[in-house]
Amino acid sequence: MLQSKSFARKTKQGKVVKVVREHYLRDDIFCGASICKVCDSSVARLSSSASAILIVDTNVVLNQIDLLENQAFNDVVVLSVVLEEVKNKNLSVYNRVRALCSNSLRKFFVFSNEHHKDTYVKAMVGESPNDRNDRGARISNFLYQLLSKDFGKSLPLDVNCFIMPKAHWQSAFLFSVESYVKSLGQPDLLDLLVHPTSEDLGMEEVEDLRPAKRRVIYSEHKPMSEITSGLHRGIYHQGKLRVNRYNPFEAYVGSESIGDEIIIYGRDNMNRAFDGDIVAVELLPQDQWHEGKSLSIADDEDEENADVHLVPSSADDAPRNMDLVQSSAEDVKPISCRPSGHVVGIIKRNWHSNCGSLEPMPMPAGNGGVAHALFVSKDRRIPKIRIQTRQLGNLLGKRIIVAVDSWDRSSRYPSGHYVVLIENDIDSRPFSSQVLACLPPLPWFVSSEDLANPNRNDLRHMRVFSVDPPGCKDIDDALHCTALPNGNFEVGVHIADVTNFVHPGTPLDDEATQRGTSVYLVERRIDMLPKPLTEDICSLRSDVERLAFSVIWVHASLFLTISTRYTKSVIKSCAALSYVEAQARMDDSRLMDPLTTDLRNMNTLAKIMRLRRIERGALTLASAEVKFQIDTETHDPLDIGMYQIREANQMVEEFMLAANVSVAEKILKYFPLCSLLRRHPSPNKEMLEPLLRTAAAVGLNLDVSSSKALADSLDRAVGDDPYFNKLIRILVTRCMTQAVYFCSGDLSPPEFLHYGLAAPLYTHFTSPIRRYADVIVHRLLAAALGIYKLPQLFQDRPQLSSIADNLNYRHRNAQMASRASVELHTLIYFRKRPADTEARIVKIRSNGFIVFVPKYGIEGPVYLTTRGEKGGGQWLVDEEHQKVRKMDGSISFSVLQAVRIHLEVVEPQPNQPKLQLTLI
Amino acid sequence: MEYVSPEGLRLDGRRPMEMRQIRGELGAVAKADGSAVFEMGNTKVIAAVYGPREVQNRSQQLNDQALVRCEYSMANFSTGDRMRKPKGDRRSTEISLVIRQTMEACILTHLMPRSQIDIFVQVLQADGGTRSACINAATLALADAGIPMRDLVTSCSAGYLNSNPLLDLNYVEDSAGGPDVTVGILAKLDRVTLLQMDAKLPMDIFENVMQLAIEGCKAIANYIREVRTFQLVLPVVEDHLGTIREYQATGVSPGHIVFLSLPFLKGIPSQLTLPNSAAQVPFW
Repeated sequence: MLQSKSFARKTKQGKVVKVVREHYLRDDIFCGASICKVCDSSVARLSSSASAILIVDTNVVLNQIDLLENQAFNDVVVLSVVLEEVKNKNLSVYNRVRALCSNSLRKFFVFSNEHHKDTYVKAMVGESPNDRNDRGARISNFLYQLLSKDFGKSLPLDVNCFIMPKAHWQSAFLFSVESYVKSLGQPDLLDLLVHPTSEDLGMEEVEDLRPAKRRVIYSEHKPMSEITSGLHRGIYHQGKLRVNRYNPFEAYVGSESIGDEIIIYGRDNMNRAFDGDIVAVELLPQDQWHEGKSLSIADDEDEENADVHLVPSSADDAPRNMDLVQSSAEDVKPISCRPSGHVVGIIKRNWHSNCGSLEPMPMPAGNGGVAHALFVSKDRRIPKIRIQTRQLGNLLGKRIIVAVDSWDRSSRYPSGHYVVLIENDIDSRPFSSQVLACLPPLPWFVSSEDLANPNRNDLRHMRVFSVDPPGCKDIDDALHCTALPNGNFEVGVHIADVTNFVHPGTPLDDEATQRGTSVYLVERRIDMLPKPLTEDICSLRSDVERLAFSVIWVHASLFLTISTRYTKSVIKSCAALSYVEAQARMDDSRLMDPLTTDLRNMNTLAKIMRLRRIERGALTLASAEVKFQIDTETHDPLDIGMYQIREANQMVEEFMLAANVSVAEKILKYFPLCSLLRRHPSPNKEMLEPLLRTAAAVGLNLDVSSSKALADSLDRAVGDDPYFNKLIRILVTRCMTQAVYFCSGDLSPPEFLHYGLAAPLYTHFTSPIRRYADVIVHRLLAAALGIYKLPQLFQDRPQLSSIADNLNYRHRNAQMASRASVELHTLIYFRKRPADTEARIVKIRSNGFIVFVPKYGIEGPVYLTTRGEKGGGQWLVDEEHQKVRKMDGSISFSVLQAVRIHLEVVEPQPNQPKLQLTLI
Repeated sequence: MEYVSPEGLRLDGRRPMEMRQIRGELGAVAKADGSAVFEMGNTKVIAAVYGPREVQNRSQQLNDQALVRCEYSMANFSTGDRMRKPKGDRRSTEISLVIRQTMEACILTHLMPRSQIDIFVQVLQADGGTRSACINAATLALADAGIPMRDLVTSCSAGYLNSNPLLDLNYVEDSAGGPDVTVGILAKLDRVTLLQMDAKLPMDIFENVMQLAIEGCKAIANYIREVRTFQLVLPVVEDHLGTIREYQATGVSPGHIVFLSLPFLKGIPSQLTLPNSAAQVPFW
């Protein structure tokens, strides 16, 4: 049956056009119930034992998605009109519903009511789309009720909380979500229930009863139309709100229309905006612009204080603009005043789940066990969230995840509901049975088919060895270096052939795509691939035959690469060395066995490659990675120290870099539009500015015009202090942005540059066991060699881009998790042993400074004035020389100066221990 | 954007392998020698054929075959926003050429030397797949005019969106930017006369998509045979050797339509039109 659909639409140019589309109605859309006698049950999703079928409406999906995700909810019908409405209102909820519908374990069925011949409704004259959709949904519900007579079971329920009792047949079957959940008799589900806010229709009347009780704290958000016109006229400025990590009451909005960042002080001005929201900001009159305030570390408000934390490893981790020039009150220059503003409206919310714990409170007596509690997020940038719970005793003192639902004008804190309980660790789900089913059976051996495969080279006779950190079980790279008779060297990098086991489109592959990377915590690892693969089948352990993907170069004696060859191979590693062992072998001049000779040859080659790379302008950056010695029984850290880098590390790194670069060249040549590469953008002026100012203050002139110039000036930066150079390098590192994965079709070739490595092309090839990007690159390389066909995915550029984005996101999360884990262990370490140590000042503030403790790799604030004391006047900040000096001139501190500090764990609020640094 | 929902329905409710509703009608323009209207969903095309007649411009006259001319245009009201389109723009020139070459491949031009056949096609309503609809309309109109043809050329397009081959793209799907393969075939002879694609597609997928388009063409050919109202005059023709042959009538549909299968034509590779904008796809 054919229906035509016509509606008016406004084009981008503002013209109104009439759009006419065909709309086909079908008779082959089924109800999805397996017991239905009328419909084809082969596509049925709903179980035959279902006592009731739930049909959810848009508001239920939008508000109660956490509830629907609970296992207790099954046999749910989602109408396509509901999906469409959800998609228009909230894309992330839509994706979650879609995931539910496609999950074969959950019985969710999508009923395409818009295309079913009986449930299609034609818009009536004067009817709004919303009303038409409601009518459509009701008719579908009705259809299901009719069908239910055929089921011979009880009538289907409608989980629906807002349809007005218009039609007579509804009243019998409509249930509100709340009453339905109550009827299930599972109290923990009630906590997942989102309570309708006063903005909802039903509650409006309730609110009217006691309007006087409501106190409005925040000003109202402007309607969207006003915001748009305001943005047009330049009154409002649009940008992403970023809350200062050190001070949650201060936020910045980077605005393109102003070209500068607008500062927003205080929760009132932030007007319920969260970190990451896209907001519209109105500038305050100039006389209200604040001065000098951003220089202080903590705020005068009563809440929290700055934390001691790990040194950020790149500019992305560090709060930006902490260092922007701000003249002190003495020499007021109007230009140096930064514009401040207040939020008038929120264009796009960035609400997501937050991890944290509940503020301790006494157990309430009455109220049927329902308690209102305040949730304190681990992330200081998130305000406290008010939640309602029935199991307060259960949640107190635990780490939980809470989602934000709404933030009313009249409440100081946003309201939310709790989602998951986490027992003090990261949620690392085990692999599902479907995923594990994709694994080859253990014990696994190289089969004769693998050996017979013409694409696979037999390299078992080669003297291949691996060099890894001690205790490494997932060995994904091995090396060999053979001196050829003609004086050349053949060097091979062998990477575990993960793609031989992880095939595209399998559940295993999907899971790995989602996880994106393995996460390394201090004492454990959350794997991307199941353990049998990572530690056995793929791991290139010694003395077993393993499949590998090899890159083999022939280097001339002049150390020029003559040829590069890529092949799948079978190898048998003869030794799995640790960095220490490898280094010891190379250093021990008595050892002359072939393996040691190979190592030495390799090291010589690596050194030359490294030199050549540095000549090209690669940066040698330093990081402040720390290493823990863990007590094997209590899992408490025993000692912390800087991670030591040996020549052997550099040697392995050098060959991995070379392999990555070679592979990047190869795949880009074959697939110029769909290669997955990694780039490191050049830092811009703005990012380097704080560094330059610091450097200038200590009399160092850094040339940042190119990576080469920067590398050279870093080499020249040698102070009388042995640690000076490393400190400068660490400071440079954190000015850089992070390297990111991207799809080569999305950018132009000059943008492919990897700044830090000074490589025009780079990708990740060498760790497919722990990074999914490498798996993709392996597939690309195999396709370039003609071994496999290129999987479908690569032909779809948007999809590849979205995978690259997900990888970046996961990669970053993994780094954050590792950092958090290290921070936690640092805390545990210092809890038992307060220490005195030397530290370096890296930033100057009006009431103190931020120090870096090299020995433990941590960074944190040191206060010169005690808190609460508004004694900013005692200390003077000299911006130009980066100095803070006491009024009477008796003491002064300058940047990069060494100070002695005392480290101690204090616990100002329960469950929130933190490290405090004090000056000695 | 999601062009195929996980439930397997396209935006307009079709499944990936389904065509839009098609409708053909003969004799829409009384003055012309042959005419037809062809609809594929909301795409509506009118075609009129004049000829064979005397060549208007003597210098163009061909002594061994008929001159086939084609003019394609779009009515100003054919798209949503009414606008005046200049005649002879690049796009319509290209489509004119495509239609002319496709039709030339099936008209027995050597039977009508020193004559001219004019095909006029105009798009009355555009909703994707205009090229295919024009060819189908032109075929009907040529048949209506009684012009001898090897077989009926039918055309259909297929695309590839959201990793799904889709048959008969409508405007929304067409403007998604994915590959769009237009195929024209001689259904009975199983010959390809038109193959166009202006995008890149891996070989194996391309073959799937093209196969789908061919299936579509065949379905259209079946439908066209059911359009009973037209008559095809069985011409008495000479073959290229000058001998009069007896032609086997391979199928007679309810309204005395006769389709020809010419044994000697089997060796002739069909004319494969590859206009400049089309990708250079290897032919088989």
